[in-house]
Parts: sequence; structure tokens; C-alpha cells
Amino acid sequence: MTSILQVTGLTKHFDGLAAVSDVSFEVKRGELLALIGPNGAGKTTCFNMLMGQLKPTAGKVEFNGRDITGLPPRKVWRLGIGRTFQITGTYPSMTVVENIQMALLSHHRRLFDFKSYAHLEYKKEAINLLELVGMPEQAERACAILAYGDLKRLELAIALAHEPSLLLMDEPTAGMAPRERIALMQLTADIVEQRNISALFTEHDMDVVFAHAHRIIVLNRGEVIASGSVEQIRNDAQVREVYLGGGTLYQSADGSADGEHSHA
Amino acid sequence: MLELESVNTYYGKAHILNDLSFTLNEGEVVSLLGRNGAGKTTTVKSIMQLVKPATGSIVFDGNHLNRLAPHQVARLGIGYVPEERRIFTDLTILENLEVGRQAPRDGLEPWTVESLFKIFPNLEERQNNRGKALSGGEQQMLTIARTLMGNPRLLLLDEPSEGIAPVIVEQMAATIMQIKESGLPVLLSEQNLHFARLVADRAIIIESGEKKYDGSFAELEANPSIRDAYLSV
Amino acid sequence: MGLIFAQLLTGLANAAALFLVASGLSLIFGVTRIVNFSHGSFYMLGAFIGYSLMQVLPGAIGFWSSVLLAGVAVGIIGVIVEILVLRPVYKAPELFQLVATFGVILVIQDLALLIWGAEDVLGPRAPGLKGIVRIMGEPVPKFDLALIAITPFVLFALWYLLTKTRVGILVRAATQDREMVGALGVNQAWLFTGVFFLGAALAGLGGAIQLPKGGADLLMDFTILASIFVVVVIGGMGSLPGAYIAAVLISVLNVFGVSYLPQSTLVLMFVVMAVVLTIRPYGLLGREEKAGEHGQVGEPELPIKPASLTIRLLVLALIALLACLPFVAPSFFTILATDVIVFCLFAASLHFILGLGGLVSFGHAAFFGTGAYVAALLVTYVGTPMELAFLLAPVGAFLLAIIIGWLCLRLSGVYFAMLTLALAQLVWSLVFQWDDFTGGDDGLVDIWPSAWLRDTTSYFYFTMVIGIGGILFLRHLAHSPFGYALRASRDSARQAEATGIHTKRIQWVSFAIAGALAGVAGALFVFSKGSVFPVELEIAKSFDGLIVVFLGGVKTLSGGVVGAAALTLVQDYITRFEYWRLALGLLIILVVIIAPNGIVGSLRKLAHWLPFGRSKST
Repeated sequence: MTSILQVTGLTKHFDGLAAVSDVSFEVKRGELLALIGPNGAGKTTCFNMLMGQLKPTAGKVEFNGRDITGLPPRKVWRLGIGRTFQITGTYPSMTVVENIQMALLSHHRRLFDFKSYAHLEYKKEAINLLELVGMPEQAERACAILAYGDLKRLELAIALAHEPSLLLMDEPTAGMAPRERIALMQLTADIVEQRNISALFTEHDMDVVFAHAHRIIVLNRGEVIASGSVEQIRNDAQVREVYLGGGTLYQSADGSADGEHSHA
Repeated sequence: MLELESVNTYYGKAHILNDLSFTLNEGEVVSLLGRNGAGKTTTVKSIMQLVKPATGSIVFDGNHLNRLAPHQVARLGIGYVPEERRIFTDLTILENLEVGRQAPRDGLEPWTVESLFKIFPNLEERQNNRGKALSGGEQQMLTIARTLMGNPRLLLLDEPSEGIAPVIVEQMAATIMQIKESGLPVLLSEQNLHFARLVADRAIIIESGEKKYDGSFAELEANPSIRDAYLSV
Repeated sequence: MGLIFAQLLTGLANAAALFLVASGLSLIFGVTRIVNFSHGSFYMLGAFIGYSLMQVLPGAIGFWSSVLLAGVAVGIIGVIVEILVLRPVYKAPELFQLVATFGVILVIQDLALLIWGAEDVLGPRAPGLKGIVRIMGEPVPKFDLALIAITPFVLFALWYLLTKTRVGILVRAATQDREMVGALGVNQAWLFTGVFFLGAALAGLGGAIQLPKGGADLLMDFTILASIFVVVVIGGMGSLPGAYIAAVLISVLNVFGVSYLPQSTLVLMFVVMAVVLTIRPYGLLGREEKAGEHGQVGEPELPIKPASLTIRLLVLALIALLACLPFVAPSFFTILATDVIVFCLFAASLHFILGLGGLVSFGHAAFFGTGAYVAALLVTYVGTPMELAFLLAPVGAFLLAIIIGWLCLRLSGVYFAMLTLALAQLVWSLVFQWDDFTGGDDGLVDIWPSAWLRDTTSYFYFTMVIGIGGILFLRHLAHSPFGYALRASRDSARQAEATGIHTKRIQWVSFAIAGALAGVAGALFVFSKGSVFPVELEIAKSFDGLIVVFLGGVKTLSGGVVGAAALTLVQDYITRFEYWRLALGLLIILVVIIAPNGIVGSLRKLAHWLPFGRSKST
């Protein structure tokens, strides 16, 4: 597998405090890579540097061999990276389908078009994307009244609008019910596989991570403390100590004899 | 101690709580379970009068809460720990605690900054740091400590484990057990059944704002159909 | 050397009142997030009340207790305003509250006229501090030294109150999250009222304490408003030490300006501000205001769709009806209708950036006035024919909007609003003080249209074509991809940027388009009146625009136009009465409280409850 995103020595200081220090990793084509770690470990900061919402203090981000460090988000997006946010950022004053049409209009560089009616442009493509995430019947509803889980799916559809080769998803399932979480990540995994694209995501729900991630990177206090396969991470002593915990919570709750983090 | 009777709450035209009734007794930790959007947060906010129930009555220690302002509810002794932490990020830990401080109540050992620091040692180390310098877990602890400064006679905890690392959730469970031992009754709104079962005496399951189950965890255990129908674990 | 030092002291003394008033504004803003436009009125009331008290209370003790009592009295008036006017609208969209406070300005203006009359009053001199002392040979009034000494104490007392006391902690907590403070058992309603008392009292103190130097008059509310906005913005919103430094900076520069650059005293202040903000966008000691930090208040607007055929036919019928006006009504009505259309275009252009773009500009009159002045200057100096002047007017406004937009769009929210206001004041002060070129206060006269448009009726039709054409153009733009990109930038700049939209550029272009169309309105205006005066560039004119957009309904496409038509007609009727400001102010406050969605928004809500007209698109 070829590398699509290459991160080297990424570092960010806020007021002299290191939020992320010397983080290096790569995302390979077709890979679903999870970035996990406690709150405040620097996951979101890391994400914001990958897509240009924040400028790194030091380090380099390369996408398809091209240095994108410090480029503004809109330029990074044009190169083929889609992003979803921890707290959704859709446009509440537009309908669901218009939210996607907006991204398509931007993708086709039609933003300074003063003439056409925006709600008629690229409608079919937008509906197709809604079908992909399973909510075409909601197309004409106002985005402001969508349920949270639907907003998350809509965000995914928007992120896919310009056919990116890499998805960055910051806590894609936060605030969703357990069953919805599994469904959304399954959907993401399917899309990644079908389109042979890659996805990097952060997540707190270990069920989701362990079920879908091909590989996991663990951050703590801004540093990478472990990376590897699901099995390796589960059994890593340091990861257990700072993040996963002893498992007592889940074991006692499950009451199952084998107990090894197997919760329904 | 707390009694909800046929409470109906609306957001605009959406009917969120539907004839919800339950009681919570002295010294009890009750967990309010249900999926996202089932109405857990609305229940807690209705008790606090942060959203106004349209009909029904909520009585706490003989006081009718309907039509009181949130600060009056808080002064009656209901301590509220909100869902999204909502600490004051520009204030130091000590100042955050000061905002929550209320006069001691009769018959209760008052909480002090010192006694809270015994339960939350992390906060003591960072007492002069501003809220924004804290990690997510520390912020969650501060929210609880801040509410305890008001010497509540009942604690409402809204999804304290949401978005928190598993290892911190374990610590939180231990903390709630400690609070429980002090005799303070707690209403715990939760999605995480594992967590709820660890700390609560009784489970109430709601779905679409209606009560679907009210009983022990053991009984719930023996009745997986209820669990699967409403909790989607 | 001695002279310079003496001037420095004068500047420091002048800073006292400015700081008191500005700190009150900053405090109120910090906690309630309300930019209190009526703060200048509190200052004026402090001066008048202090004056009246000083007539009754004798001696030095009488003087200083009058100052304090004036502060308390204005504080109480502030409390009344807060309880009666602002409490009902805290839940309304944030900027609607501005309109309410503007209503308060009008009410207080007429009440002051009613009580104290139209004559300026001279403040009494402070007993015991009447003389001068000589410092390095220069005379310095003793009273100035007292002022210089008092201000740091006030600053320290405020700082202590906010950082060291429980009340201060609660105030700072409420600044961040009011609801949470309430849920922790604090009666936040009274906390707000308390802050309003303190803020208003500081303004009142400022008004009373400057009496020996400045006296009291009915214009001082607006005069100080621009200065305190500048002070608060330069110092950084919410920073008291910042306000002090800025007040000193502005006052000292002003004193030197009067001596060395007497022609540009007004301009100087705004130039300083522009320079400071170019280097430090959030003021000297201000913190970066993150967009959306305080959340959008109120329900989000509904998705828009182009008008249905029925609505289009209805609008067409209305336009046809309007076109019949000259045949059925006296020419007075034709002139009124011309005024209405001009103002509607101005309001529609403001609504475009404000409603769709979320860019609350407090200085939109600058573009209207620039359009008018460019045309007038061309006609006066170059003898340009009307047709050409008419084309160049919007170009002038467009270029100005490009410059102002570039400076202001680096900021957002309240900072953006304040900076637009200050830059518009800069333009105004340029026009006002550059007598030789612009005619200053006397304006430019004799600017008439070409022969073919000379009579009222043909100019009315000309206005109809251009004005309504402009409004429809803006409306169409709202539905175009560009209009959508503008809304996207408002709804979620982060998401827009993350999907390839250069939000600032979109906003910049829309700001320039809105400026150009306001310029068109200005050109229509100047040729219909035959003259133009600096009032067309004043704060009050910008506020008129804001009021009609809010009254019409920010979150509806036609809000600006409907509000403008309504206000012009009401104003035309109401100004025939002596105390019309009082009536208009009360009317505005009432509308704000009763119909917080604006006229169009409320009608739409009403229509929603009625069985017919569910699918109205406005």
C-alpha cells in the first residue's frame, strides 16, 4: 500500500505549552486509521493542523507527496481532503440537499456565479450523495431541524462531495446512540473500501474503534505512545494505564467469564 | 423526596416528555436510562426549570417546582451537573467553586473547598489554573465539585460519562460512589448501562419521553427484551 | 516644554469623563453582550441631573454630592430601562436589542428637551477648585488636577470589584454562561440589573463630573457615543485598563490636535483607531473574540426559495399600482414615494450584508453619503452631467466599501460593527471639517437632474426603475450561488472554509456590492433633493438603516424593504408633532417587545397559524 498522508515531527505550542509534540505517522491508501487518546491528548489539535485550521509550530504534512503544511483549509480541501468536525458545522438556514449543493458549487468553482438559481444546480449529484448515506427522503427538510445523528451523516455526505481521496473525521459518532454509531462507522468503512480512499478518525467509543480500524495510533499528552493493530493496542500495558483502564468497568458490567473487553 | 407526576414538556411543537412520572427516595441513586433523544436531558432540565414543563407537577421536599426560576430550584437544594460540563473557562478552579457556593443547609455537613479537594485531589494541585487549562476529565470533575459547593440535598448528573476516556469514567464511578456514601441522593442520566449499573440502585428507562421500565438492575438483567428494546446496547 | 506638559495634563483631565462613560459601556457589554447605544444618553442625563442638583445644593460638599447623586439617579434610570425595555428582549436575537436601546435614545432626547429645554446650560465651576496652579509656568486648572487624581481610584475600585469580590466572580461567570450561573442558584436577572446600574451610574458620573469643563446640551449623547465606541474598541472590549489607556490616548491627542492641527481634530481620533486596529485587531488589551463563541440567539432562519408565481404577480401588481400614483395623488405623494423607494434601496443593500451575510455594519450611511457626495462634488466642481455623475457615484461608494471592507472584515462580531461605525465617522468628519472642498456644515446645493428628469413625475419613474431594479437585483443575488456562499459563510465559516469557500473574499465582494447599491441610493437621493449635507453620513442615518432592517425582519428576505417603507411613512406622519422622537422611540421599543421577529417575520408567523397562506414565501 502506498502512503497518501505523511506526517513528520508535527508540533504545536500554545503559549509555550506543547499541545502536540513531534508526532509522526502515515496514512496508507485504503486504510482506516484511528487516532485515540484521553481528552486533551492533542487529537483535535493534530487534526486542525492536518487540514490547516491551525498552523503547526514545527513539522511537516505531506499529502500525495506534496507539502501542504500551513495551507489554509480551503486549499487543502481542493487537493482532495474531506473533513467532518467533532461539533457539526452544517448550514442551518439551508435545506439538507442545499448543504451538499453548496459543497458541489464550490467544487465546480461556481461561487461567484451571480446568475443561476443555486437550489437548481447539481441537485441530482447531491441527492445521490444523500442516498449514499441513506437519507434521501430528508432532502428538502430544513437542516436546522435534523436529529443529531442525521447531521453527522449529512456531514459525511458533504465531505464526500468533491470525491476526496482522504477523509479526516473528528469524533464522527460523538453524541450518537450506540446502534447509530456502529451503523455510521460501518457505512464509513464500506465507503472507504468501495472507493479505495483512506480515512483518519478520532473516537472515544472503543467498540467503534476496535470493530473498524485497520490500525490505531494512541496519543497521550501530545505524544504518540503506541501504534499498531487492534490486538497490539488492546494489550499494550501503557495504553491500558493512561487510556483504556483496567477493564474492570466493562468486565464487571458484562459479567462474562472470558471478560476480555468483550461487551455486546 | 422528588416526585414527578404526569410531566409533559415541549420544544416548540415537538412533544419531548410524555406523561412522565417517577419518584426518587431519600438516600437513593437512580439512573435514568434511554437512548439519545429519549428525553433524559429534557427530564433533568425540566426538574431544574431550565425548560418549562407544559403540564404535570414536580415536587421536591414538599415544594412545587413548576413556575420557579432555575436559581430558585437550585436554592431549594437541587444541584445540577449539566451535560456539556459548562465550567467557566476564564475563571480559576477556586473561582469556579465560588460561583457554586451556597449557604450550608440544616442537618447537612457543609462542603468546603478543603473537603472537596479530598475527593478531587487533581483539582487541588491546579486550584489557581483557569478552567480552560484543564483536561476534559478534570473539567467534568470540576463541574461536579462546583455543584457540591451549593450543598445540594439532591444531585442531578446529566450524562457524566459522555465523551470521557474509559479510564476517567472508572475514576468518575469511584467518585460517585464516594458521594453516594455521604448519603446524598443522585439522579443519574446515562446512556452507558455498564456505568449506570456500577453506581445506581435502581433503573428507570425512558423512550420517547415515556417511562418504559422502573425497577432493579437485577430484574432488568433477567429481562433482556426490555434492555434490547430500549437501550440498543 | 512647560506648554506640552500642561497640555498633557489637560488631556489626562479630559480622559476622566471619557473613561467613566466608556468603562460603563464596556462593563454592560461584557456581561449582557448588549452594545448599549443609549449609553450616551445616560451620560447626557448625568450632566443635566447634576446641573439641576448643583443649583440646589451649595458649596463644595453640594458639588461633589451632586455628582454622586447624579450617578445614582442615572443608575436608577438605567435599572428602569433594563427592567422595562431589555428584560423582555434578552431572548430575542442579539442585535434586536440594539434597536431597543436606540428607541431609548429617542425617548430620552425628548424627555430631556421637555424637562431642561433646548438651551445649552453652562456647568457651575467646582467650589474650592476654581483657581489655577502654575506648573512649569503654565496655568493648569485645579479642577483638572482633581480629575486626574480621581480616575485611577475609580479604575482600581472597578478592578478590585471585578477580580476580588464574590460579586465580581459571579459577573465574570455570567459573562460566559448566564444560564449556568442561574442553575447554580444565582439570581442572574438581578445580577444583570446590578451591572446595568453600575454601568449607567458610571456614565452618569462621567456626565456630571465634566460639567465644570463642558456643561450640558442636547447633542452630547451622540457626540460622546462615537468617542466612547472608539475608546472601547481601541482599549479592547471588556478591558477596563484598556479603556483607561485608550481614553488617555484619545484625550491627549485631541488636546494636541486642537493646538497644532485644528482642522482635523475629529479625523485624528478615527485615524488613531484605524492605526491601532490595523496592528492589533482586538484593541490594545482586548482578547480575540472567537466567532460564535456566544452562540447564535433565536431560531435559525428558514430556507429560502425564489418567490412563487403568485407572489411575483402580486409584486408586479403592486409596482403597477405604484406607477399610477402620479395620476391619482397630489405631487406631495409622488415625492414621498420617491423618498420611500430611495430609503428602501438603502435598507435592502444593508439587509443584504446584514441579513444574508451576518455582517452587522453600523456605518452603512457612509456609502449612501459617499454616493450622494461624489455626484454632488462632480456636478459642483467639474460640471459633470447628471447621467455621468449618476454612474460614477456608485463607483465611488464601491471603492470606499472595498477599503472599509478590507479593514473591517479582518474582525468579526462586535468588533466589526464598531470598526464600521468608527470608519463611517471618519468619513463623516472628513466631509464635515473639510469646509473648502465639501462645504462642511453648509453642504452642497443646486445639484439638479438633467432636463428630461427635471419634473417630479419623471424623476419618480426614474427612481422606480433604478430603485426597484436594484432591490430585485439584490433579491436575485440571494438565490444565486454567490448568495448561498454568503449565507454559508455566515452560518458556519469553519465548514465553508473546509469546503473550499474563501469566506472573507465572499464577504468582501458582498460588502462592496452593498456599498455600491447604497451609493446608487445616495445618488438618487441627491438629485431628488437638489442638495446634500453631512447628516446623510451621520451615525443616526446608519442607525435608521439598522432600525428598519430589524423592524422589517432580519431573517426574511423582504424585511429591509418592508421596514424601510413602513418607517418612512410613519416618520413622515409623526414628525409633524413636537415630541415625535418620544413617540417614535416608544413605538420602536413596543415593536421590539411585541414583535421580535420584525414585521415580515411576525406576519409570517401569523399566517402560519391561520388556515390560509401556509406556503407564503417572503
